[in-house]
Amino acid sequence: MKRKKAQDKTRGERAEAGCEVDEDRALDFYRSMARVRKFEEAAAQYVREGSIPGFIHAYIGEEAVAVGVCGALEPGDYVTSTHRGHGHALSRGLSMKSVMAELWGKRDGTNLGRGGSMHIFDASRHFLGTNGIVAGGVPLAAGAAFAIRYKKTGQIAVSFVGDGGTNHGAFLETLNIAAAFDLPLVIVVENNLYATSTPYACVTKTQDIALRGTAVGMAAETVDGNDVEEVHATARKAVARARGGSRPSLLVCQTYRTVGHYEGEPVAGTYRTWEEVEAWKQKDPIINYKKRLIERYGATIAEQLDRIDEEAGQEVASAVEFSRNAPFCAPVEATEHVYG
Amino acid sequence: MFTDNDRQITGIQAIQEALAEEMRRDPNVVVFGEGIGERGGCFGQTKGLWNECGPERLIDTPISELAFTGMGIGASMAGLRPVIDLMYIEFMMDAAGQVVHQAAKVRYMSGGQFHCPLVLVAAIGRYNNAGPHHSGCYYPMFMHVPGLIVVVPSSARDLKGLLKSSIRSDDPVLFLEHKSLFSKKMAVPEGEFLTPLGQANVCRVGTDASIVAIGQMVEYSLAAATSLAKNGIEVEVIDPRTLVPLDEETVVRSVQKTRRLLVIDEAHETCNAAAEIATRVIEKAFDYLDAPIVRLSGAKVHVPYAPPMEQFVAPSPERIEQTVKELVA
Repeated sequence: MKRKKAQDKTRGERAEAGCEVDEDRALDFYRSMARVRKFEEAAAQYVREGSIPGFIHAYIGEEAVAVGVCGALEPGDYVTSTHRGHGHALSRGLSMKSVMAELWGKRDGTNLGRGGSMHIFDASRHFLGTNGIVAGGVPLAAGAAFAIRYKKTGQIAVSFVGDGGTNHGAFLETLNIAAAFDLPLVIVVENNLYATSTPYACVTKTQDIALRGTAVGMAAETVDGNDVEEVHATARKAVARARGGSRPSLLVCQTYRTVGHYEGEPVAGTYRTWEEVEAWKQKDPIINYKKRLIERYGATIAEQLDRIDEEAGQEVASAVEFSRNAPFCAPVEATEHVYG
Repeated sequence: MFTDNDRQITGIQAIQEALAEEMRRDPNVVVFGEGIGERGGCFGQTKGLWNECGPERLIDTPISELAFTGMGIGASMAGLRPVIDLMYIEFMMDAAGQVVHQAAKVRYMSGGQFHCPLVLVAAIGRYNNAGPHHSGCYYPMFMHVPGLIVVVPSSARDLKGLLKSSIRSDDPVLFLEHKSLFSKKMAVPEGEFLTPLGQANVCRVGTDASIVAIGQMVEYSLAAATSLAKNGIEVEVIDPRTLVPLDEETVVRSVQKTRRLLVIDEAHETCNAAAEIATRVIEKAFDYLDAPIVRLSGAKVHVPYAPPMEQFVAPSPERIEQTVKELVA
């Protein structure tokens, strides 16, 4: 892989690559990532505690991908997400309270508590759902992209998918159709190296996922998925390609989840070593971004970043309080919304 | 219901008319499928539309059922009304995950925020020795899934009227066309008309026994009924037309009158539509029955190629006639 690690790049190199953003934008990125991290930490805690029913797949360690990509989108753009989708939902501007309440299964959840973690929808944000089926959202996004082009409404569609999903027929078939039909679509692969527990390398001959895009005639690029500015800069190019010229792209983001596949699964010890997890923790997208911003803007920004952390924590605490106290729908409401 | 003035057109022509009328009426209607563009479709179902609708609305897809079905679903969530032509229902199996987990569940999961106004079109049924990969019915599998509407027309008139209603439906519809209807000429009124979803058709009125028949079995039952009438046995023949939602009321009313019920379904016997219909009648009208309900179903084997074997595995007019005689004896 040709990519460089974020911390290997000098500031000059990053500016030259067009990655570096202005201070306000940088603070936005940091805030968005901090919100996702705090949200996931709290959600995981309440799953362990048992007050959130069901189970969740936390996005911890991968925040830079959702934030970098979604930062390049317009409000009307369509997004499909995955089973590990809270970060995408929050980065698309869904209400944190509503997303948390959805995990709690409450009436005030994004979709009345009938979906939960893997089925978060928000029509007002054109958010076509987190998805319990691996790669299930990829053709849906292509369909939204088709509708956009057909109706000439100018948006684009983005589909997040994991490395595991890139071996699913839905991904492979859609990749070809999107290229053949010139759809305004960006497919973002979050390569966290494991399909649940199976190392990508064990089940895939070619490790370079971007080659799959190249093979079908689609623009494809690989970036450091733990570097929010690099993700953002590359996503902007892909978005421009889709919006301006109705051409799809494959954006592969190399990243890692530093937690278990689902909350409750051991972080390491079976299919991953502690050494590997620790090495990736050193590349944590949020901690490193904080360091970089302090390096770039001086110690004065440290205070602002600490305040952002604190505010994110407060926002999450208030979402938890709200969700805990929100009512459930009446059981009989389970019979609604089957047909129109 | 039918008048002597009705013109005779084939099932395929009825489908072409429904598509043309709905595509003219609503610019959001598009068709996805293999060879449905300039070629006009595997069965000729989109013939004549190319000049008017062109490649923007008749989208020739690669052989990627999973992807183009999912695309149709995504497009429906974003405001279009796609008709997804899967050619044979067997090919829908490659896209079944998208149908069951996305199309059927989107309205429910999203709490009504999104819905999927789309039609999944596929040919069904044993016809002219197409062999085990092109002869199945399979609608019982999809009847099981909440959120889907399942339509099985038995005449050219209903192919047209029900397809038009299906395209206008705000829920995903499986529109399953029995291949025996494609080239047969049948009476269809001139001009536009809609056949409502969820309304059975009483094809023949009778007093001695009720037959509920699906798809091609309607034709077979009407043939048996004509023959039985010569022996003084008058059977009522009901075509449910839509299996979900099912018009229970019409079936129950008929059973209350005739007190005997035969349900005929080409689908394999285990858990088929006939089993469901029979159960509903037992639940709603058991006390009216003078004899146990009888089912005639497709055999619990795959549909073989050789003509004598292919004929053997499905109910025939002769078997229907014989079964009714036993039922009323």
